[in-house]
Amino acid sequence: MIFLDNLINGLSLGSIYAIIALGYTMVYGIAKMLNFAHGDVIMVGAYIAFCGLQYWGIPPVFAFLLAMVVCTLLGITIEGLAYRPLRQATSLAVLITAIGMSYLLQNIALMIWGANPKSFPTTFINGASLHLGKINISSATLITILVSIVIMILLTLFTSKTKLGKAMRCVSEDRGAAELMGINVNRTISLTFAIGSALAAIAGILLCSSYPILQPTTGSMPGIKAFTAAVFGGIGSIPGAMLGGVLLGIIEIFGKAYISTELGDAIVFAVLIIVLLFKPAGLLGKPMREKV
Amino acid sequence: MTKAKRKRLIYNLITFGLVIAAFLILQNMIATKSISRSLKGQLVPICSWIVMAVSLNLVIGFSGELSLGHAGFMSIGAYTGAIVSGWLLAAFDMQDTTLRLVLAIVAGGILAGIFGVLIGIPVLRLRGDYLAIVTLAFGEIIRNLVNVLYVGTVDGKLQFSFLNKNLPENVTMLVDGAKGAVKIKPISTFTVGFVLIIITLIVVLNLVNSRAGRAIQATRDNRIAAESMGVSVTRYKMMAFVTAAVLAGMAGALYGLNSSTVVPTQFTFNQSINVLVFVVLGGLGNVLGSIISATFLTVLPEVLREFADYRMLVYAVVLILVMIFTNNPTTRAIANRLFAPIKNLFHGKHKESVGGGDAK
Repeated sequence: MIFLDNLINGLSLGSIYAIIALGYTMVYGIAKMLNFAHGDVIMVGAYIAFCGLQYWGIPPVFAFLLAMVVCTLLGITIEGLAYRPLRQATSLAVLITAIGMSYLLQNIALMIWGANPKSFPTTFINGASLHLGKINISSATLITILVSIVIMILLTLFTSKTKLGKAMRCVSEDRGAAELMGINVNRTISLTFAIGSALAAIAGILLCSSYPILQPTTGSMPGIKAFTAAVFGGIGSIPGAMLGGVLLGIIEIFGKAYISTELGDAIVFAVLIIVLLFKPAGLLGKPMREKV
Repeated sequence: MTKAKRKRLIYNLITFGLVIAAFLILQNMIATKSISRSLKGQLVPICSWIVMAVSLNLVIGFSGELSLGHAGFMSIGAYTGAIVSGWLLAAFDMQDTTLRLVLAIVAGGILAGIFGVLIGIPVLRLRGDYLAIVTLAFGEIIRNLVNVLYVGTVDGKLQFSFLNKNLPENVTMLVDGAKGAVKIKPISTFTVGFVLIIITLIVVLNLVNSRAGRAIQATRDNRIAAESMGVSVTRYKMMAFVTAAVLAGMAGALYGLNSSTVVPTQFTFNQSINVLVFVVLGGLGNVLGSIISATFLTVLPEVLREFADYRMLVYAVVLILVMIFTNNPTTRAIANRLFAPIKNLFHGKHKESVGGGDAK
């Protein structure tokens, strides 16, 4: 039964990683850049939701919507101000800019909300828990898994059926050709950042519902791990991010449970390295050909 | 002597000259006691950060690979230094602090170099962003492993234990898990730090200006072209990576032996970023720039103590702005036009005398 408990915990954590990883992978696919600041957008989303619930006393649903709107705007602003001027620059320059943006967000949060950890209110989610035989699934876990399944279905439908989603895939495949076909590349990239950041807000709320400690660095470790998950699954591939996220969450929980609590993170990263050695493009990634 | 060679010689002379001059002035200030206490305490850390920045510049600026785990090598060096120094004292009762420090630094460099090779073999098969994330992962793994490492001495013999503290009762702890390396006798001196900087400069500048260095830079500029000219990309990238790891290990030992404790949280991902900031602000591929930016950015927070809260905020903004201004075509064109008169002042008459002599 402990095995099943761990599996469910792993699934829940993995779903959160998957939602974050989706943001990384979509942005990477379309803008060919690692948005290091993504993890900190999660943190901003969680703080906004926290303020909404704790200070302004607005109903949970509206607090969450507010967090999503703020994060969406934040994502578009970051892209427009920091990344757009570097469209033609080397990937190193963009990556360093993204790291700078991540620091900026953390320090702004530090100034606004202070360094002391805040405990995220989880009362709204503490409904009945589900009992299946001997297994206890808390409602937070259940909601996390359900929400991430819904998001994955919606996102798959969006990218395969709608015009905007198809435009996104076109730009990620060949930016030049997409532009020639009349797709507005800049607007499509903005849209990708918007969706990714809205997902980050959801991930932030889910993360803090399960692990209710909120501080300016809350987003960085899950961000790095979700990023690892995206690379693990093959960065740029949406199903890859989902698979990578879920697998990584399960590996982390099992590693902590059966090998060593302290070495949980080390195990996650070691698995990433081993996978990349044998499949340098990740589990579901397409190997890239180089042209002279 | 060709123009390029002369230019390089002048650049190297300026670099060495500035470092030696700064050392002599500071030594003089220490002798006459005209240096503030806080600055004096910063001298050894400044030396370590300079070595860190110059060595990371070798990887990022010259070999063109973004390594985000440089602090991991530093932590290996710091821990090795603390262990070796403690062991030498316990086993051989070595009272000569300078010799102990030098041996500890050498040991730190060697172990970091070994890890550099181990990490480099898998990592350097990857490219670009993948390489960045894997170096980051290695940095985190090293920090995690150090967190559960216990080392002590019993009657002058080293005892190791991992995960659990399985050490005899009468042990003298050297490394105590999450508490880090404890009860270190601070033995680092500014003079040794200075010597380490000079060694670093000799190694890095010679490497960069050698045949191997040109190969390293060729793989950075165009991997495929370099490969088709017969340059073994992996070998040269490895050379740069391992050299940088050794230097970072030495810097770590110097840094660790400057204080009484070293904790794993000192060498997080953020510390790697800190060094990255030094390198980027100093200019990629510019050794002198790394030295200057590492010095200023280490001293600055001490001077502006009341603004310490805003330090990272300012770092972040400056990092973003520098990246945008140096990489955006529009801003670059504006900058070129602004600085053109100044540049012409230096190069204008040179160009005429050389004429078409650029062909090599």
